[in-house]
Amino acid sequence: MESDRQGFILTSAVMGDASKEWMIEVKGLTKRYGDFEAISNLNFTVKRGEILGLLGPNGAGKSTTLRILSTFLAATSGTAKIAGFDVFDESHEVRKRIGYMPENNPLYLDMRVYEYLKYRGRLKGLDTRQSRDRAETVMKECDLEDVRRKMIRQLSLGYRQRVGLADALVSEPELIILDEPTLGLDPNQVRAARQLIKNLGGKHTVLISSHILHEVEMTCNRVLILNQGKILASDDTTHLQSVMGQSSRVVTQIKAPLEDLKFSLKNFEGLLAADISAAEGDYYLCSLSFKAEAADPREDLYKMVVGNNWFLRELTISRPSLEDVFVHLTRKEQNEEEDEE
Amino acid sequence: MKVFKTLLRRELGFCFGALNGYVIVSAALFLVGVCFYDLVYRLNNQPTDMTLTEMFFFSWYFWLILLLSAPLITMRTFAHEKSTGTYEILMTAPVNDIQVLMSKFCGALFFHAIIWLPVFISMLLLRFYINNPLVVNITGIITTYFAVLMVGALYISIGCFGSALTRSQIVAGMVSFTLGMGIFMLSVNVLFVVPDPGPLSLILAKISLADYMRDCSRGILDSRPFIFLVTSTFLFLFLTWRVLEWRRWR
Repeated sequence: MESDRQGFILTSAVMGDASKEWMIEVKGLTKRYGDFEAISNLNFTVKRGEILGLLGPNGAGKSTTLRILSTFLAATSGTAKIAGFDVFDESHEVRKRIGYMPENNPLYLDMRVYEYLKYRGRLKGLDTRQSRDRAETVMKECDLEDVRRKMIRQLSLGYRQRVGLADALVSEPELIILDEPTLGLDPNQVRAARQLIKNLGGKHTVLISSHILHEVEMTCNRVLILNQGKILASDDTTHLQSVMGQSSRVVTQIKAPLEDLKFSLKNFEGLLAADISAAEGDYYLCSLSFKAEAADPREDLYKMVVGNNWFLRELTISRPSLEDVFVHLTRKEQNEEEDEE
Repeated sequence: MKVFKTLLRRELGFCFGALNGYVIVSAALFLVGVCFYDLVYRLNNQPTDMTLTEMFFFSWYFWLILLLSAPLITMRTFAHEKSTGTYEILMTAPVNDIQVLMSKFCGALFFHAIIWLPVFISMLLLRFYINNPLVVNITGIITTYFAVLMVGALYISIGCFGSALTRSQIVAGMVSFTLGMGIFMLSVNVLFVVPDPGPLSLILAKISLADYMRDCSRGILDSRPFIFLVTSTFLFLFLTWRVLEWRRWR
């Protein structure tokens, strides 16, 4: 079992000049509450500038991991380093370098938005002028200028989420830790938040925990899937989809003589199966299955159609979604446990 | 120091920028006003050889207001932040436990000083009308206010300790009220009930806050109870600091 799990963990083990290359280094991180093990022997690293998504069902240990990395909780065993500083022994140095938005986004409801962001800026080491300027900047980035003078208790949930996000960004930290950052946002706000988070990558390292798999898929470079305190998989989303071992599917509509089309597809490299049915007009709807690890076949398909002087009006590829990967891995874990029992 | 000042401003902002603070100040000032009225009434109607500040101390108003106001002021210091979750964003900022503790303690102590200021200003104003230093002694007023602050510091530190122990403001208030009441009962027993001679009576006599307040109301500042109050305050602040640190070891 352990070797199977290890097979999913594809992160690099190279630790050269660690503090410069890695923003986060976690080794053997474990947290126990009495007999209950919230996280168990976590090992992962995050490069500077990377956007890592932490996925997992309820109780997987995501928030516990983020709380340990933000120095709020101490681990039972193992180590975690942020920018080369240990989260337990050098927590003050770590806290200078992080912006953290906890789950449920707690805020001081008796303060005004602008006042709150200035206060948080000063608390994080900015002087009066810097905190004022940064508060203006993050309010602009998070679209809070309209509500700058409002009391936070008067704001809707969506606006409060944005205030929390602005708070995490106000000191321009090296590492930004966001626990469920898009909770409560409407679709427009989710899109804006997603774009904001994507723009942060490169300049900042971002660690996001979310239940919304689609958002993680669109925002993150890499995903860490947790279940019951253990890592099931850690890789970028494309590789994860191929790890599942499923095929990828290409859907195309081609106008061609049926027999010639069947012959060409039969000899097409990498094709596992082809399902051809009549479509509107003289077109045939072809649903083609390829090996998951095969290269993108769309360009070769296009060349085949053009080379035979046929017509093409649709060419799309669908890979297993992150949700498919997630369900597959967590179900596999559950089945293995049942088999053991 | 910058972080401490920022946190202290935040605490004072909560006290004076929100309705809660003004409700507590209003209630305390009401009792203080009743206290002052009662003192002046007695001065007018009863012959006495006590000064105004001694009468203030023996009128029980001081203890009543202190026992009620200290838990009310301090119960939200840590408990409120833990229950709302803002404790997490506070402690994950680059601040240390001591800065947080001292800012909350100093903020509560300043609030306590503001509550008591009107009664002593009233006594000073009375000095202009009663040109008799035996009745209204300026030195006695200053020493009594100083004693009020010192005893208040002890009660505020007890309140911070109670608040750090729990998420519930009610439990925090009850813990600090109970501890404060215990100290008060010990002091009053020494003052009004002559204990049997022995080691216990000796210890109780040394820690009696009532004795200290009585001396200060007469214009006498004794270093021994002053040292006791300062060390006791630091003891409870130290215990509070340990409770805050315990979070990292759970």
